[in-house]
Amino acid sequence: MTNRAEMTRRDILKSGAAASTVTLAPGVTLMAFGGTAEASSRADAGKRWGLLIDASKCDANCSDCVTACKVENGWGSEEELAGLNPGQAPEWIRKVTLRDKATGREVSAPVMCQHCEEPPCVDVCPTGASMKRDDGIVLVDRHICIGCRYCMMACPFKARSFVHEELTDQHVQAPRGKGTVESCNLCAPRIDSGRIPACVEACEKAGHSAILFGDLKDPDSPISKRLREYDSIALRDDLELNPGVRYTNL
Amino acid sequence: MRLVLAFLAAIGFAGGAAAGGSYPAVPAATGDPHPEGNDYWRLHHMDLLQHDRDKTVREGIRNLSPDDVAITASIGTCFDCHAVKDEQGEYVSFDDPRHFCRVCHDYAAVTIDCFECHRSTPANTTAYRTMAKPEDPDSIVAYLARLAQETSQ
Amino acid sequence: MALEQTIYRELKATRGVWQLAVLLLAFLAAAGGAWFYMEHHGHVVTGMDNQIVWGLPHVFAIFLIVAASGALNVASIASVFGQKVYKPLARFSSLLAIMLLVGGLAVVVLDLGRADRLIVAMTTYNFTSIFAWNVLLYTGFIGVVGVYLVVQMMRRINYKWVQAAGFIAFLWRLALTTGTGSIFGWLVARPGYDAAIMAPMFIINSFAYGLAIFILVLLVLFRLNDRPIGDGLLIRLGRLLGIFAAAVLYFAAIFHLTNLYAAEHGAFERFILVDGGLYPVLFWGVQVVLGGLIPIALVFLNPSRSSTVLASILVVVGGFAQVYVIVIGGQAFPLNIFPGFEVLEGFHEGVINPYTPSIWELMLGLGGVALALFGTGVGAKILRVLPTNLSDANLAAKG
Ligand code: HEC
Ligand code: HEC
Ligand code: HEC
Repeated sequence: MTNRAEMTRRDILKSGAAASTVTLAPGVTLMAFGGTAEASSRADAGKRWGLLIDASKCDANCSDCVTACKVENGWGSEEELAGLNPGQAPEWIRKVTLRDKATGREVSAPVMCQHCEEPPCVDVCPTGASMKRDDGIVLVDRHICIGCRYCMMACPFKARSFVHEELTDQHVQAPRGKGTVESCNLCAPRIDSGRIPACVEACEKAGHSAILFGDLKDPDSPISKRLREYDSIALRDDLELNPGVRYTNL
Repeated sequence: MRLVLAFLAAIGFAGGAAAGGSYPAVPAATGDPHPEGNDYWRLHHMDLLQHDRDKTVREGIRNLSPDDVAITASIGTCFDCHAVKDEQGEYVSFDDPRHFCRVCHDYAAVTIDCFECHRSTPANTTAYRTMAKPEDPDSIVAYLARLAQETSQ
Repeated sequence: MALEQTIYRELKATRGVWQLAVLLLAFLAAAGGAWFYMEHHGHVVTGMDNQIVWGLPHVFAIFLIVAASGALNVASIASVFGQKVYKPLARFSSLLAIMLLVGGLAVVVLDLGRADRLIVAMTTYNFTSIFAWNVLLYTGFIGVVGVYLVVQMMRRINYKWVQAAGFIAFLWRLALTTGTGSIFGWLVARPGYDAAIMAPMFIINSFAYGLAIFILVLLVLFRLNDRPIGDGLLIRLGRLLGIFAAAVLYFAAIFHLTNLYAAEHGAFERFILVDGGLYPVLFWGVQVVLGGLIPIALVFLNPSRSSTVLASILVVVGGFAQVYVIVIGGQAFPLNIFPGFEVLEGFHEGVINPYTPSIWELMLGLGGVALALFGTGVGAKILRVLPTNLSDANLAAKG
């Protein structure tokens, strides 16, 4: 096999010269290797993805959505939890069971990042790592997250987790690593490739269909229609964050 | 900036060569070579990776077949062609000095943190590198069709 | 002019100075080790988790940062408010302010999940974030106060420049503490923080914490170099501290009363003031009684040198407890995500979040204190910031 890095000083100097040409016209190169072609996917500003969770359809004994999220995004394996104390465990999505203090009625529902229109986590993030995509998905750009955890202080829903230890063997579509903050990203890689989020799929498969997924900006989408026709609430409505995740029959 | 990188790389390689008399043996790749050429990738892979990283994470632009022209440097795909196997025939991870991304870096004393998060061996799934087909049950199209059917019933 | 007559000299490296330096270095080394350990293993080895996300290091850091701006007060009183007695202390006050801030910032930075990405924090800003503004305010503070210190130390300079620099530094420190207070004040989601009064309250707190630390550090350095410091001056400083301590109590009272008035924060108040276990003890016992009422009584009822010293120590202890209650207590109290519901099952839902700091966090925090003190000592060793004589007779002769 030939040694592929075999380079003489002249080669290097030549490539150095090539590099400077590139520097003189950066736009051109980036166009050539990045942006000219029609993008095959893109977070679309004409859309806003959201969820409508029907608590009356959610089974208190079922946690398939949580399991699906774990599998999809590779968090919360036995191995990962082994070294952590329970408070340090990641929790992108969690199930809660509630009792109405007035009526005594019991309901159950999943809670994840609520994908606010006015996300407090984005406001407080010093570097801009906490961000909202054009299509309304709120996520952490972990390449510039410094792990200050101010977003976790700001989040009213406890939707975020901090990675407390080193991880290995992550999924290719869900990189995660020590010292950064993570949360539900509405399965952005799936949505970008035209698929529904893992929790939505799992809930439907379990026969509950308690999580309705869709585009809140499209008035004809099933989720928009359902929101118009039935009463629904946003968690912590008083904060006026206009979350993209809504609850009904809670 | 690039000049500095090139210069550092030159010093790194030339210095190393002068001292040890050996070049790092970059593991062989499979598949089609990069159209821009090896020289270009050697010098610019970090810029391409960063450029495409921001495109994917912040704008949702991804490397999706069939028309995967938007993203040329998805870190998830490098190991489709640049995977290295050990004696047992297992893929080596970034922990191993023989890993594709370590051979030159160890040589030029470059450290990168990418693989604290990213997988450094070939993907366990390539599902999300192809656009969902309408007939796939987990596609948004099929999902919406099911919902429409439900409401019409 | 009075100022010209004060003689400033570098700290002499006596045995005591060396011993103290070695002690501080030991703390710094311990903190370095603790940081290395936490950095290597990740935050799993700390007591912090996804509920208590800011722990003991942040208590230390915020205390030091707040105290930093307060330590500048003595200088401000001299240059901005023209109080001549304080002029000989102004240089040292500026030095201490810078070093306390450096110590505090070091702790915050070293506690980051990705401390190695500090460069990102310094180059990428999101200007809706009060945190990003604070990065600028903090670095700016070091610059502004640095210039102020230099101007004060220039021999032949018109005093109006000192006043101008002092005035800018004064405004800057107000902005800085406002910024620090706002870190909490803007967290609308949490009942323990969501209050506009946070910012002014932090300013008042800074007056007290900063002055107390100033008095203590000054005394130690003077003692180590056998420089005289008058009872009159100390009693005067003590009285000032007493006034600040009273103001702190007043603001704490306003804070809790307005919170009690807002119905939605009632449960939180109950937690901090009555049934929150450790937190009411820290609030009433340490912050209010030990760190407030006793020092006030000491300096007003029994004004003396030792009263001032004891009061300063107590104000520091009380202040630390106060920051602990604000930072940790505010997170320990559960978020009420489902009003009107009782949570039967969930993930740390609706329960008090426990927190036990690890030894590593303590070592890191103490390291910040050690860094501040060590830096101050080195500064006093190489710069002429400490007057040689602060005896009452000497001050009176000039004043
Ligand atoms: C703290 C964790 C973390 C680190 C460290 C990290 N990344 Fe990422 N990276 C992510 C996450 C999360 C995504 C988003 C994945 C997605 O949405 O598909 C991502 C996506 C990317 C993408 C686009 C998606 C893809 O498959 O290509 C590129 C390119 C990328 N990262 C490059 C890098 C490079 C180069 C480095 C090292 C310099 C790096 N990353 C370090 C977490 C990290
Ligand atoms: C389709 C397969 C394929 C993919 C995907 C691929 N490469 Fe390559 N790459 C090659 C081949 C083949 C060569 C070697 C060409 C030769 O030997 O002439 C190469 C060469 C290189 C070189 C130059 C090595 C040298 O000899 O100096 C670098 C650097 C490189 N690739 C980086 C990357 C990175 C980074 C990625 C991921 C973003 C990537 N490649 C993805 C096929 C691929
Ligand atoms: C042909 C040799 C070679 C190979 C193979 C290679 N790199 Fe590099 N890479 C370099 C050199 C040389 C530099 C240093 C540039 C400098 O700092 O001067 C570098 C720098 C980088 C940087 C920027 C580091 C920094 O601190 O700025 C990143 C990120 C990077 N490489 C990622 C990768 C990844 C990911 C792979 C594997 C897919 C890879 N590289 C494979 C030679 C190589």
